[in-house]
Amino acid sequence: MRVLVCVKRVPDVAGEVMLTADEQSVDARHVGYTVSNHESSAVELAIRIADATGGSVTLLTVGPGDSVEQLRSMLGLGCHAATLVEADPVALGPADVAREIAAVVEDHAANDAGYDLVLLGNDAADSGDFQVGIRLAYALGWPVVNGVSVVETADGRAITRGDGPDGEETFSVPLPAVVTVLEGGVEPRYPSLKGRMAAKKIEIETRQPATEPQGSARVRLVVPPPQPSNVEILGEGEAAAGAVVDLLERLKVLR
Amino acid sequence: MILVLVENEGGAPSEVSLETLAFARSLSETGGGIAIRAVVVGDVADRDALAAELGRHGVTEVRHATGDAFDAYGGASWAAAVQAARADTSSVVVTAAGTPRGNEVLAHLAARLDVPMAANVVSFSGLSPFTVTRQVVGGSALEEMSLATRPALFTVAGHSWAAAPGDGPPAAWQDFSPEVAEADLVARVHSTGVKEADESGSLKSASIVVGAGRGAGGPGGFAGVDELADLLGGVVGVSRVVTSLGWRPHHEQVGQTGSRISPDLYIPCGISGAIQHWAGCASSKVILAINTDAEAPMMTRATYAVVGDMHEVVPAVNAEIRGRRS
Repeated sequence: MRVLVCVKRVPDVAGEVMLTADEQSVDARHVGYTVSNHESSAVELAIRIADATGGSVTLLTVGPGDSVEQLRSMLGLGCHAATLVEADPVALGPADVAREIAAVVEDHAANDAGYDLVLLGNDAADSGDFQVGIRLAYALGWPVVNGVSVVETADGRAITRGDGPDGEETFSVPLPAVVTVLEGGVEPRYPSLKGRMAAKKIEIETRQPATEPQGSARVRLVVPPPQPSNVEILGEGEAAAGAVVDLLERLKVLR
Repeated sequence: MILVLVENEGGAPSEVSLETLAFARSLSETGGGIAIRAVVVGDVADRDALAAELGRHGVTEVRHATGDAFDAYGGASWAAAVQAARADTSSVVVTAAGTPRGNEVLAHLAARLDVPMAANVVSFSGLSPFTVTRQVVGGSALEEMSLATRPALFTVAGHSWAAAPGDGPPAAWQDFSPEVAEADLVARVHSTGVKEADESGSLKSASIVVGAGRGAGGPGGFAGVDELADLLGGVVGVSRVVTSLGWRPHHEQVGQTGSRISPDLYIPCGISGAIQHWAGCASSKVILAINTDAEAPMMTRATYAVVGDMHEVVPAVNAEIRGRRS
């Protein structure tokens, strides 16, 4: 089974968000970069599928040259190959990204290195567009299952499990297919020293965008002004217990 | 026309769908009274009740997609239904709640029509050009986006608008059975497992949530919050670090990559309030934070706070509650 996992270099934001002067991106100079948690889970699921089927995992990112950093660290987990489509993320909308991924999938297939399964995160931690995987599926003419926690393959099909409004939902779709992943179904592994050493020897394929981007229709980013703190301190330590329960009584939550 | 995909739970529209209708009414009024249509897909338990409820929320006509194609949920098949309803109503705006299904169906529709789609919109600022503001980076930043193409497709972020029922008459009802291509039926729900009572569904709808974070200290550090949740008839929610360390199961996670909650009262204990977590709890009506660090983001953003170790404060609160009851 040949699995492709799409990842995105995103700012590792935990606290206050800073923007670049042109208001087009998050300024990550002081926080560094990572990939979305959903994508870490997708990589883990892909490695398990490759291990179980004697297959391989290829990573793909569409982004700046520095994305090599994220590709290298995920190669160290046991992935076998990686492709970087070098592009300015600010200039690309979700439809552009989907088109670029589709172009790579089709080109690799034309060179006898097609994929049975393409995994993506359900949504990127920064742009939160919730659509790249679905647009990719339409571009390829493949079925897509969205927002699953677990994906396995059997008998030429992808079997997925994930939360639905009425309980755990199972999908079974024929391969090749696109599946987008939510974190929580598997625990992503840590890189081994051996894996990191092996990853250094893998040559990352670098490509230029296949199409002219249409853009994201972004006007600008804004950070909402911090709300002034109106917190009422009820007290310190155990001594505050009386004040807390007084509050619970006022809020009428004590049964 | 504005077309709203309404998700219904049994016979009633979901709360977030009603919030989306409030957004749609505001858009309708700004545009000089554009009619609002709703599209509902699949089983409806009580049609009259749903028509009456949607009428109160500003819908004049419901298009109900029926047929075998909708026996099981599928993103593509639902999008085919919404696409047919859009064409039939000549709607220039199609919207849905920013739920997993709302985002999924509208993304399918966007791909099928080859138009942009804006996820998790919180407001609009102009009709020409139609400009929306939406949540990015887990809600800690906003993006202004121009949606110039028609139809304009977007989802409305949960809890960014309040449902606003009025006294409109019941919506007219029209069944339709759209053609659904074979390819759109491939990815549909194959089976649905029984939901366990303690899983994330109850967390998302709980009116009281007691939270615990890194301050719990380890898998054995939850006895106090478990008891407090029990005493208050609430449920426990945890931060991402707690689930990634394996201290508690993932379905209890509150945050950007977990459940989004909007309880009347949230009591985060030993949770600093990083973006990842805040994205999931920002809609809480009252927050009572307990933390050793008075400067932690959760403490400064809370309504009420107690400075102290959750392992001291929470048991003392539990004892006080028990004492007052006896």
